[in-house]
Amino acid sequence: MMLLVRRVEERLSSLFSDGEVPGFIHLSIGQEAVAAGVGSALEQKDTVASTHRGHGHALAKGIELDSFFMEIMGRDTGMCRGRGGSMHVADMSVGMLGANGIVGAGIPLAVGSALAHQTRGNGAVAVAFFGDGALAEGVLHESFNLAALWKLPVLFVCENNGWSEFSPTSRQFVANVRDLAGAFGIESEQVDGNDGEAVALAAAAHVEAARAGGPRVLECITRRVRGHYEGDPQKYRDDGDADPQSDPLARSIARLRAAKVSDTDIQSIETDLMSEIDAALSAARAAPPADFRAARADVYSPGSAA
Amino acid sequence: MTEMRFGKALGQALEDAMAADDSVMVFGEDVAAAGGPFGVTRGLLEKFGPVRVRDTPISEATLVSAAVGAAMSGLRPVVEIMFMDFITLGMDGLVNQAAKARFMFGAQSSVPMVLRTPHGGGLSAGPQHSQCLEAWFAHVPGLKVVCPATAADAYGLLRAAINDPDPVIFVENKSIYARKEQVPDVLEIVPIGQARTAREGRDATIVAYGAMVQTSLEAANTLSEDGIETEVIDLRSIQPWDEKAVLDSLSRTHRLVIVHEAVEAFGVGAEIAARMADIGFDELDAPIVRVGAPFMPVPFAKPMEDRYRPDSNRIVDAVRRVLA
Ligand SMILES: Cc1ncc(C[n+]2csc(CCOP(=O)(O)OP(=O)(O)O)c2C)c(N)n1
Ligand SMILES: [Mg+2]
Repeated sequence: MMLLVRRVEERLSSLFSDGEVPGFIHLSIGQEAVAAGVGSALEQKDTVASTHRGHGHALAKGIELDSFFMEIMGRDTGMCRGRGGSMHVADMSVGMLGANGIVGAGIPLAVGSALAHQTRGNGAVAVAFFGDGALAEGVLHESFNLAALWKLPVLFVCENNGWSEFSPTSRQFVANVRDLAGAFGIESEQVDGNDGEAVALAAAAHVEAARAGGPRVLECITRRVRGHYEGDPQKYRDDGDADPQSDPLARSIARLRAAKVSDTDIQSIETDLMSEIDAALSAARAAPPADFRAARADVYSPGSAA
Repeated sequence: MTEMRFGKALGQALEDAMAADDSVMVFGEDVAAAGGPFGVTRGLLEKFGPVRVRDTPISEATLVSAAVGAAMSGLRPVVEIMFMDFITLGMDGLVNQAAKARFMFGAQSSVPMVLRTPHGGGLSAGPQHSQCLEAWFAHVPGLKVVCPATAADAYGLLRAAINDPDPVIFVENKSIYARKEQVPDVLEIVPIGQARTAREGRDATIVAYGAMVQTSLEAANTLSEDGIETEVIDLRSIQPWDEKAVLDSLSRTHRLVIVHEAVEAFGVGAEIAARMADIGFDELDAPIVRVGAPFMPVPFAKPMEDRYRPDSNRIVDAVRRVLA
């Protein structure tokens, strides 16, 4: 999964520079272990509300690669028919309730989704992904309280990359997410968010705890390797180059090697992925453009008076 | 016919909707144990229990967005915002999430939520507990906005709103919660988007919604004493609004007055007037006149508030103007 997210985003990056992907894209390169680790702990019925940096979360929740590329390239056959783009990738059929263009907005959506799971008694869990920048948003504080008060089956995953757009989050937020969780009586854990296995193990434990009733907080310390958005000149950045040792993908591959997975096997996974991506991209290039009239007709449900 | 209060009709709609569909739930501040700040939700907790009827903390932003998330995950939540003024805190959930979800996700999901909220003055509740902000929401593609004028419509429109697959802002005028009315023994669902002719008349058309329908009827009675017969169209739904009903009436009377309690400038009346000046231009024998609140916050002191809110005298004057 990590490899998939990495290669997909690298491809998006070059498509963006070539002008094939319009708008803003926010890549999660360097943060893939969070999406992959948490995703590995989820079932199909579980739901995820995500952020502007949500490609990895969406892929890890099981969205389909073809319609993902089609969406980001603005095609009619895209998962959202070309109406949302990178910041709104969503697939209700796999419980991906959407990336989100509004910082923090996914948090109360996940709380509401957890409320539905609890009320319907379906045993599902909702996950809210959010960045450290969202810690200063009021809805986070409200949502921690409501989730704890109602013992909702929700896992809050803070993807802490230290940056909030062009500012270090330390200049914006005086507390930290674990103390905040503690104030609401929510159990929390901090993990190395660049260690896929650690994230997966922690996520599995907390997802099951949340499923049994009551929110949990998982803080994943990670690094935003790229700019805030593609094309960000990053003049503000003073935190040095990424340490190749801490790259989550390199670490996972090293772990596979240590577990005696052969280079040929690793290479063949990579080759398969690349041909999947190539196929998805060709399909997206060949796909019809987004349809304005259909979009206009989808503001309200069919048969509705508006 | 039986007698029923406007507020009771709303409560009855919630009760019947909850009985008919397990996925309907109600939450908001003081709606469960206390039965709602205006008593609308009284008895629901006892009938349906604390899982489906919930008191919440004072967290409007999260309540609104949680309703969106719940609606996207299989429930039909009815969330109450205690005063429409407090909806400012829930704007993201409504405007960026609920309104966009269906469109933005390529029609994969709809958001079958209802947000109930009281608007309007008359209680000397002051600038932050009296506003009529419905035009804000009518301006946002993806939201529906309704505002009943009668107890029967309060019931029928609320049932329709709960059944509706899209997000509906259900606006209740707080000055009429306690008003008693005659209603049919069997209350019916009222489709969203269809206006009602509250009074027939040949000389001029008044379009109004919510509490202003009654005020407009009073004005029509006064005018009738002078032989002026005014048609009163109760809009019932603001978004979508029944353009055809308004145009049909205008085509008979050729004169149009639009009345609302909300501030006149940039309001619902402006949209209706602009539209009728376009598609109804050939029918018009006089300029379209609006009656709304002046461009100022709602004042507290009783005499000031009385002067602020449109009353039947102002409506009578407006009708005389279009007939002059
Ligand atoms: C409500 C809101 N305010 C501001 C923005 C602009 N903005 C987009 S991303 C971002 C920083 C978010 O930082 P963080 O949550 O840590 O996520 P990261 O980009 O690090 O993944 C800001 C300020 C926005 N999209 N929404
Ligand atoms: Mg960040």
